[in-house]
Amino acid sequence: MEVFLFSMFNGVLYGMLLFMLASGLTLIFSLMGVLNFAHASFFMLGAYFAYQISKYVGFWPALVFAPLLVGVVGAAVERYGLRPVHRFGHVAELLFTFGLAFVMEEVIQMIWGKVPVPYDVPAALNFAAFTWRGLDYSAYRLFMLVVSVGIFVALFLFIAKTRVGLMIQAALSHPQMVQSLGHDVPTIFMWTFGFGCALAGIAGVIGGNVLGTEPAMAITLGPIVFVVIVIGGLGSLWGALIAALFIGIMDNMAISYDIALFPIFAMFGVEREAEGIMRDLVDLTTGGIAPVLPYLLLVLMLIFRPRGLFGTRDV
Amino acid sequence: MLEVRDLHAYYGKSHILQGVDLDVKPGEIVSLLGRNGVGRSTTIKAIMGEVEPQGSIRFKDQEIAGMKSHAIARLGLGYVPENRDIFPTLTVRQNLLLGQKGTRNAARWSMEDMFKLFPNLRERADTPGGVLSGGEQQMLTMCRTLMGDPDLVMVDEPTEGLAPQLVEKVAELLNEIAGRGLSILLVEQKLTIALKISARVYVMGHGEIVFEGTPDDLKNNESVRQEWLEV
Ligand SMILES: Nc1ncnc2c1ncn2[C@@H]1O[C@H](COP(=O)(O)OP(=O)(O)OP(=O)(O)O)[C@@H](O)[C@H]1O
Ligand SMILES: [Mg+2]
Repeated sequence: MEVFLFSMFNGVLYGMLLFMLASGLTLIFSLMGVLNFAHASFFMLGAYFAYQISKYVGFWPALVFAPLLVGVVGAAVERYGLRPVHRFGHVAELLFTFGLAFVMEEVIQMIWGKVPVPYDVPAALNFAAFTWRGLDYSAYRLFMLVVSVGIFVALFLFIAKTRVGLMIQAALSHPQMVQSLGHDVPTIFMWTFGFGCALAGIAGVIGGNVLGTEPAMAITLGPIVFVVIVIGGLGSLWGALIAALFIGIMDNMAISYDIALFPIFAMFGVEREAEGIMRDLVDLTTGGIAPVLPYLLLVLMLIFRPRGLFGTRDV
Repeated sequence: MLEVRDLHAYYGKSHILQGVDLDVKPGEIVSLLGRNGVGRSTTIKAIMGEVEPQGSIRFKDQEIAGMKSHAIARLGLGYVPENRDIFPTLTVRQNLLLGQKGTRNAARWSMEDMFKLFPNLRERADTPGGVLSGGEQQMLTMCRTLMGDPDLVMVDEPTEGLAPQLVEKVAELLNEIAGRGLSILLVEQKLTIALKISARVYVMGHGEIVFEGTPDDLKNNESVRQEWLEV
């Protein structure tokens, strides 16, 4: 029971972190038609900025300023990078963001080095919030959960209730009309891009000290974020939420329970005693295949339901 | 108020507008008539900056050719497109809110005015725009543009596909708008309301203005009507 609860808790937490990246990515995609391959790099940037800022003035200012900085960098990338590339079409934009991901990784390595930087959980939150049947649950994880749920609520209120949120919704389907009502749509695009990057930045700030802040962190997480938005349905915030939680929980459950997959192979008449290649295969457990599960899901989704759970258009 | 001189526009290689001249004076209702595909919508889109214009377009004594459409809108030019373009997922009220430009100046029109003119819209204030009937959507688009407090509104085929009583209602609204001192550039295909409410009319044929005069001039000019208007 406690294993279930704890892995549920961790799964939701990982899911919310994924959602913070996926929401920005899917929002940018549905508004501008750009699949931003560099999105996870902004997550990484958030973690490094937070490390640097907290070195001088502590974690709390970093929590505020690192995402803001990431947002400004994102907006600048849109304004001076993506926008000029836009007239060459979506393929050019895609290649641009692809290149950007590598450039950002290189630049980060040049500044902070190849090895992980010591970005740690703030001392004030580095204690066990509660202990239950011998398992500790850290206060920082609770804090991450609170922040991510808070961001999620704020994001939905922002989109549904504020004037800018309404403009973004309207521009999803009728950018030209919004523009001819006197609203500066290119600037809305720029700040939406920056805003999406800032969301990824927040995930970097609160996740970087748990997951590790190193130059490969973008490449590790990036593909999973794409899985999330494809499964949820490109452009759908609700879809991104459900898919992120699902993948987060699935990942944690698969690892915690680590169920042997042998019974499945046995159904096909494979013997446990098999030697050589087959032997490694039959000994697989869910924990062993956890890293590929999301991609397996992605492939199945693309085959059977290419528009994802809540999407309105095919990938 | 609006002076268009030698306006040209292209879609790719096809030369759609081939030197259009037209004027709208303050407080005036002017109609731009013509058959399908002669370039009436393109004229408005070029003025609005949605299609790249060549030539001179002056609005309130300022050259606007080459400006971005949001900046043109902010100068006080309103545009009601022919395909209506309501925001389908937003409610009627939210559609109207987005018509406002967010400036502090008191506007000529409030949401209350709109609801008084069209009680239907008040009843459906909280329904998504996408589920309104065609007539209601047309009213909503016009009201949305008015919320931005324009000094000149360009309305593209507002009566298209509307039942006769609604056509009358549109004519009433246009008169009401002009009564508050706005200028109107009305694009129509049928003569029904255009001749009734306009001070002057232009007839367009193949990318150029082929006739200019008062509604009475047009009524008396059998040959222009036959060659450029009636099917
Ligand atoms: N996006 C476009 N790309 C290429 N050609 C276009 C485009 N839009 C319009 N055209 C062409 O430009 C010409 C003028 O179109 P426009 O929309 O201005 O006509 P119109 O006078 O408004 O008539 P109607 O609204 O009845 O179609 C037409 O021949 C049309 O086929
Ligand atoms: Mg037209």
